[in-house]
Amino acid sequence: MAVQTQLYAVPEIEKKESKEQNELENEKIFETKSLNLWYGETQALKNIELEIPEKSITAIIGPSGCGKSTFIKTLNRMVELIPSVQTKGDIHYKGSNILSNDYSAEALRTDVGMVFQKPNPFPKSIYDNVAYGPRIHGIKKKRILDEIVEKSLRDAFIWDEVKERLKDNAFGLSGGQQQRLCIARCLAIEPEVILMDEPTSALDPISTTKVEELIQSLKKQYSIVIVTHNMQQAARISDQTAFFLNGEVVEFGKTEELFTEPEDSRTMDYINGRFG
Amino acid sequence: MQYIDRLQVRKRINFRLRLNSILKYVFLGATLSGLVVLAILLIRTVSQGFAWIDWNFITGHLSMDPEKAGIMGAILGTFWLMLVVIFFTLILGMGAAIYLELYAKKGRVHSLIQTNIANLAGVPSIVYGILGLTVFVRLMDFGSTVLAGGLTLSLLILPIVIVSSQEALRAVPQTLGEASYGLGASKWQTIRNIDLPTALPSILTGSILALSRAIGETAPLVVLGIPALLIPFPGGFMDRFTALPMQIYYWTLDAALVEEYANLAAASIIILLLMLFILNSIAIYIRNKFQHRF
Repeated sequence: MAVQTQLYAVPEIEKKESKEQNELENEKIFETKSLNLWYGETQALKNIELEIPEKSITAIIGPSGCGKSTFIKTLNRMVELIPSVQTKGDIHYKGSNILSNDYSAEALRTDVGMVFQKPNPFPKSIYDNVAYGPRIHGIKKKRILDEIVEKSLRDAFIWDEVKERLKDNAFGLSGGQQQRLCIARCLAIEPEVILMDEPTSALDPISTTKVEELIQSLKKQYSIVIVTHNMQQAARISDQTAFFLNGEVVEFGKTEELFTEPEDSRTMDYINGRFG
Repeated sequence: MQYIDRLQVRKRINFRLRLNSILKYVFLGATLSGLVVLAILLIRTVSQGFAWIDWNFITGHLSMDPEKAGIMGAILGTFWLMLVVIFFTLILGMGAAIYLELYAKKGRVHSLIQTNIANLAGVPSIVYGILGLTVFVRLMDFGSTVLAGGLTLSLLILPIVIVSSQEALRAVPQTLGEASYGLGASKWQTIRNIDLPTALPSILTGSILALSRAIGETAPLVVLGIPALLIPFPGGFMDRFTALPMQIYYWTLDAALVEEYANLAAASIIILLLMLFILNSIAIYIRNKFQHRF
């Protein structure tokens, strides 16, 4: 991990070499194979083939209704909560197929955390919000819970703002603070992957900047997949980007390349704001 | 080209405003007519019965002599009845609501069950009395006991409790459930930690309202053969008993024979209303306590 942190700061000349090295080192954490998904009769995902590398930020962009939210919700099987959903194909997470019947969704979601579009803290205290996950997984000792809560809140850049009022209801926080609290709540279960479904779309510009900085700092430890409507955001923070359109992956590649010289004309049109 | 004629709009404004103020009084009238009837009923009951309430009336045994008659037996009977009803309706009602709302697959069978529960809520209470008589009193051989009466009243209000609990659970924001599942919680953990605590105030409100209805029910108890005789105070679930509504019913019937019985009935109504009042206060207290926690 230390090597990667260094890679991030290497000077321009060495970058080309290390890039290849980077690709080798960043093993894929998710690999989807002919993934198809239907809502009742409507097909929302068509033959998705993606390899998502670990310890980096993968952005998913595309116009409304293109299936990008649906896609990340298949990665922790949250789509199953919608009654009429049918999936076909494979999603390999660290080598095992999470769509197979004997893979438990609860175990998966302990490894693959999620942050939602609208901040959704529980109607409980700030402390209980963060401690919720660890408690669910059987941690009862107050000393350990205290440590987890403090560490998670620190990692989510919100500790200093809330340390004096951990017992207060989370609804008393501002929207941006609530979203960082939700990220802290997600960190508390020590996931490998964090899925983010338009995490800043309900926030003001200042809160958005804070959350973006937070996401940047998290990629040292976590693999992050983020859905965003905001193309500048994708360009700013992600390492690789996938462009979705009508349930298909049009293009997937390094963010720099995808935004500067896209291979597909539809990608070009979209990033230049001609549709969507 | 303008579609909206300013002059016409101005002319009509007066009419619209007047209509609004007239309707306001119509709605006020609707509210008052209900309140007035209720007030008359209350005033009449209190003026007739209040003088008859004394320590002996509350704690004494039944008696043919209106001066000596007491209703402790009926109060205790209603109390035991409440315990049985609370126990069974809360467990069965919340259980059924959780299953139907959160576990069951929504399909044709589900909507069939749902419709039937809604229909059951409208079945006349005397029909439940007949059912209770057949099943609990005779078939299961409980006799005219607290348990038989309590089970019958539980059946009577179960549909209401189920439907209102379901609505309370449905009102819990989905995003909260998603957040819990997203952290790897199982369905039961989510229900236990998120859905139930959030919905509990509304569930309790609905259940207490239903319970008030059960306490006031008379018809099913008549069918079950609950007496208003000089029987010993009930001390458990398998004892024979009488209840406040029965007492009120028989005293009102017998007022043709002994005039003072009507006053005793009025006094019993006041006691029954007081018990309902206490029950509702407890419900409000619990509700507020829970709402503060969240």
